[in-house]
Amino acid sequence: MVVATETKNTDRQPKKVIEVNEITVRFAGDSGDGMQLAGTQMTNTSAIFGNDISTLPDFPAEIRAPAGTLAGVSGFQLRFGSQKVLTPGDQVNALIAMNPAGLKANLSDLEPGGILVVNKDAFTKSNLDKAGYEANPLEDDSLQGYKLYSVPIDTLNKEACKDSDLTGRAVGRCKNFFALGLVYWMYGRPMDASLSWIESKFGSKPSVADANAKALKAGFYFGETAEMFPVCYLIAPAKIQPGQYRRVSGNEATALGLIAAASQAGKTLFYGTYPITPASDILHELARHKNFDVRTFQAEDEIAAMVSVVGAAYAGAFAATGTSGPGMALKGEALGLAVMTELPMVIVNVQRGGPSTGLPTKTEQSDLFQAMFGRNGEAPLCVIAAATPADCFGMAIEAFRIAVAFMTPVILLTDGYLANGAEPWKLPDVASLPKISVNHPTDPGSFLPYGRDDNLVRPWAIPSTPGLEHRLGGLEKHFETGEVCYDFENHHRMTETRRAKIDGIANVIPDLEVTGDASGELLVLGWGSTYGAIATAIDRCHENGVKVSSAHLKYLDPMPKNTGDVLKRFKRVLIPEMNLGQLLPIIRGKFLVDAVGLNKVQGKPFMVGEIENKITELLSNGSKS
Amino acid sequence: MSSDNAMVQLTAKDFASSQDVRWCPGCGDYSILAQVKKVMASLGTIKENTVCVSGIGCSSRFPYYVDTYGFHSIHGRAPALATGIKLANPELNVWLATGDGDGLSIGGNHLLHAIRRNVDINILLFNNRIYGLTKGQYSPTSPLGKKTKSSPMGSVDFPLHPLSVAIGAEASFVARSIDINTKHLTATLERAARHKGTSFIEIYQNCNIFNDGAFEYATGKETKEDTTVFLEHNRPLVFGKDGSKGIRLNGMSPEIVTLGNGITEDDLLFHDEALAEPSLAYLLSRMHYPEFPEPMGVFRAVERPIFEDLVMGQVHSAVKSKGKGDLAALLASGETWKVN
Repeated sequence: MVVATETKNTDRQPKKVIEVNEITVRFAGDSGDGMQLAGTQMTNTSAIFGNDISTLPDFPAEIRAPAGTLAGVSGFQLRFGSQKVLTPGDQVNALIAMNPAGLKANLSDLEPGGILVVNKDAFTKSNLDKAGYEANPLEDDSLQGYKLYSVPIDTLNKEACKDSDLTGRAVGRCKNFFALGLVYWMYGRPMDASLSWIESKFGSKPSVADANAKALKAGFYFGETAEMFPVCYLIAPAKIQPGQYRRVSGNEATALGLIAAASQAGKTLFYGTYPITPASDILHELARHKNFDVRTFQAEDEIAAMVSVVGAAYAGAFAATGTSGPGMALKGEALGLAVMTELPMVIVNVQRGGPSTGLPTKTEQSDLFQAMFGRNGEAPLCVIAAATPADCFGMAIEAFRIAVAFMTPVILLTDGYLANGAEPWKLPDVASLPKISVNHPTDPGSFLPYGRDDNLVRPWAIPSTPGLEHRLGGLEKHFETGEVCYDFENHHRMTETRRAKIDGIANVIPDLEVTGDASGELLVLGWGSTYGAIATAIDRCHENGVKVSSAHLKYLDPMPKNTGDVLKRFKRVLIPEMNLGQLLPIIRGKFLVDAVGLNKVQGKPFMVGEIENKITELLSNGSKS
Repeated sequence: MSSDNAMVQLTAKDFASSQDVRWCPGCGDYSILAQVKKVMASLGTIKENTVCVSGIGCSSRFPYYVDTYGFHSIHGRAPALATGIKLANPELNVWLATGDGDGLSIGGNHLLHAIRRNVDINILLFNNRIYGLTKGQYSPTSPLGKKTKSSPMGSVDFPLHPLSVAIGAEASFVARSIDINTKHLTATLERAARHKGTSFIEIYQNCNIFNDGAFEYATGKETKEDTTVFLEHNRPLVFGKDGSKGIRLNGMSPEIVTLGNGITEDDLLFHDEALAEPSLAYLLSRMHYPEFPEPMGVFRAVERPIFEDLVMGQVHSAVKSKGKGDLAALLASGETWKVN
């Protein structure tokens, strides 16, 4: 398993192998250095190796910010372990910095004494200047607190590819694979998965495939051979539920969930959208699967995207859109129309840092208010949120299930962290996926466009059905006939009815589950992507004998019926959110619970330690703060 | 039932919904509604396969009054709504009622894009050169200097011309008619309904409350023959009392000439609605009263691939090349591994 003992250089001491439970690695370099690819390859390889994993890509908003600058730094963090891994890690155990800017932007996250591999060749005067270094940190004592490995990656990569007929520039582009090879050696990763990826990706360009493969191997063998690395690490495979697995990011899982929902119902999937970071990958994924009768529509703007979804829903398709905060703001008007016309549809909001353009590539949970309240008038709709990248799959199906059953728009909240983060996903058995049953009425005799069933749901009558011709619109409807009606009492009744219909969804969603004791001193209540950090913090507390419980809200409007009961069984409630407190006032207002917040708005997810510390602080401070 | 509909010829009355029409008495919209219902009947339109959509404004109440499927949406967004409807079910006939404010101001963007995509819908732009439903502000087609409630000293907004906009957006069918010329309006609507792709019709419509007489020059008995010219495919542009005047091209510019004195119809500009190049249609769309008679009829009618056909073509070719989607195979695509 561990290659160190197989070293060909037999006159050297076998390297020392240390077994550890988990490792967090970060690749950092210029946005043109291929760090995302190196990270993704490391993820795939570790997943196939059997580790549990969690990843956090971090890239600049600019596609090609000036090379060598701090603004252009692209990073990819990966945590893999022999136990359950729910977050990409708080502190980095090993940082691979391909240039001075990559070092400067990421060093503060490296643990004291952590492994620091730098591409020595990139530490030129010009690159140091661009990164704002006055002196070369490799030559002064500033990196003394780390295990610094200064490797001439450019030179070694060039040497490895010296027989290649590629240009020097093209050879230079293979250096991410050299760095990857080195990391593979350090952590006992096999190269096969990446070698076969290179083969399939560059098969049509043999010289490119050859150079990348050579770079990968050269990096690996350099680690094996060079005396500078005294240690390599072993991370055993995790105990994972048996089954077939793949790696999935949140955006991929969302797209697959939308397809699965429509496909299981035997329906067309219409996806009308406008490109926006970080949601566009959902469109890209869906556009590849038109053989599922997926009809993608890249509209002229966010407004048109939303309105096209309303039109497609009216005409009988499973209609969905995806966007992020600024796009969501533009969609508000048409969402009101969707609420008024009571049509089923799914709106995915991949939240990012705001307000306005904000931090396009960074994560945040600050659109909860917008999802709940961002429309004129009393315009209730269903809001749900995914907890992990793979959870986006099930929640996308759940969104359509609720939308169709209750004739309502459903907003599915994810965020940049879930969208771009990835984890191993046990492939679901298709036969066990929920089948959404659709009923389009055909009998003109009993048809009323706004006639409601016991759940207050109106019928989904679609054009092309003879005898059911009816008119919808944004104007208020008469409760009985559905015709335009301005009567005051009727408006009050319709407003209450629309709200009551959404509240009724609570009857078909699962109860809020508590991890830990069912009652006690402190409950940590989360929603959305904070799940991993909270769950890990709770696990650690339990390991240390600290009594604390947690619960995770996946349904925000309506909330599970037992939410109030759960909250009231605890003396205190802590709500960590990547915003200034949005679930917090809702919980306080709705349940009159004196909950407190833990808030972070830094464009990156919570560290486990931050939540753990807050738990400790609250529990040690007996009286309410 | 559809089978009955297909066999029994419906009349215009059959397309009237149960709703009372609530436009102001004397509004030009009544005529447009009546002609559309007439055309629907004469074309053997199947009610359940027809959807009338609209945005906001007086014209946008249109769907409530037609007994087909209908959707009264929000300001300016009807083209996007229609696109969604057509992509979900390309078999539906979609009529879109809009106005100069709804279509060219708040919804200008959506109008452009529906037209350039060539979605197979019929867009009726009721142009009354005023905001009616909001009670009388100037619109994007109001002339410069127009005094309204919001422009008591006269509008300082330079107007745009709906047909020039449509042609600029690559429209495949462009026409103009007038509310009270019911015969011409019916014929134009019929042409539009038969056209495959986006049909764009500007209809001069009198708002007798907020902009009465805006098109008096084009409808008045005394003036209309000198202020309008009716386009006919492959025919010269002749107008005026007794057909005494014509439009001749002088270089790139149109000019008015009097027939006789050596000038014959052969010297005039001949209309060709089927030209691939839209320059002639654009030139015609720039002829405005009082300098020129305003052309009526079909400016442009060309064939171009239809958006929803292209979308469905890709779906069908994906099914053909990859086979009908297999969900289990899709979920297991990419690199997978087995944990024992």
